[in-house]
Amino acid sequence: MDNSTYLDEARDPLIIAEGWMKDGKDIAIATVVETWGSAPRPVGSHLVIDADGNFHGSVSGGCVEGAVVTEAIDVIDTGKARMLEFGVADETAWQVGLSCGGRIKVYVERLG
Amino acid sequence: MDPYALKMLNAERRARRAAILVTDLGDGRDRVVREGDQVAGDLGSAIARAFRSGNSGSVEAEGRTFFLNAHLPQPRLVVVGAVHISQALAPMARIAGYPLEIIDPRTAFATPDRFPDVALHAEWPEDVLKRQPLDSYTALAAVTHDPKVDDFALKAALDANCFYVGALGSRKTHAKRVERLLALGASADQIARIHAPIGLDIGAASPAEIAVAVLAQVVHAFRSRGLEVKGAAA
Repeated sequence: MDNSTYLDEARDPLIIAEGWMKDGKDIAIATVVETWGSAPRPVGSHLVIDADGNFHGSVSGGCVEGAVVTEAIDVIDTGKARMLEFGVADETAWQVGLSCGGRIKVYVERLG
Repeated sequence: MDPYALKMLNAERRARRAAILVTDLGDGRDRVVREGDQVAGDLGSAIARAFRSGNSGSVEAEGRTFFLNAHLPQPRLVVVGAVHISQALAPMARIAGYPLEIIDPRTAFATPDRFPDVALHAEWPEDVLKRQPLDSYTALAAVTHDPKVDDFALKAALDANCFYVGALGSRKTHAKRVERLLALGASADQIARIHAPIGLDIGAASPAEIAVAVLAQVVHAFRSRGLEVKGAAA
């Protein structure tokens, strides 16, 4: 059977998050909720992060994951969800951007 | 995200059932909506659209902003019959995003030589479907012309509520098939779901053209899922 029709459990961020949860870890889940222009990952894509900064999945092609992980650790601490925005023309709030020229909005929330 | 929602969402995804995680971006509260669950109002309409398209996105409803993350199983196509039509259908279906596999117990037909790079089962449908059951995100096309091979698979596809069920054969052939399926315990409503003669009516003549007609009918069936339900609710 073609395995692409089933979940790739070893790489699926939400399956990994559930496993981490069972191990008693604190977790944040980041989700791409909006994209404009050329964006590397579609709306709905996930990055899951634990309190030590380990992560799985992606919200971009590697361009902004570092910044999302940093924010996620804060979100795990405070429990307060955040909306992050990344774009190539974004000089103020974030140090990183998307070299492809697109913009994305990422929602970061704590699990539980 | 609510831990219970995560567990429920993953359970649905593992079972190849469609589900949408609905998150209120204002207060962060979320819940899992399964296909067929009734949700009222504008939010309900947006959820129904997301189930059909598979697209995730934000929606304004009841003065709030919700994010709908649609998790649809990968649709797939099971073809019973390693015949000339299937040889053309296999690459077409793959390109269209419907991974395909072929079941045919006739080992002279089901050879890797005739079907390079295709998931091929040179076994009876009874045996394959016991291991790998059909589901509502699977399309089944029965094209052997042989009741011994086709009938069991067709009945199984109707029972599993496959989103598409098609069977090759003339109207006369199909009339006989209907009698056999009734004898196997299929209901008249179930049998009415079978597309026979198979394929959209585009005047297809060659095996490859019939494959186009079948694939187009599969796509149409997939993208119009649930339209009747929506019509009734509107």
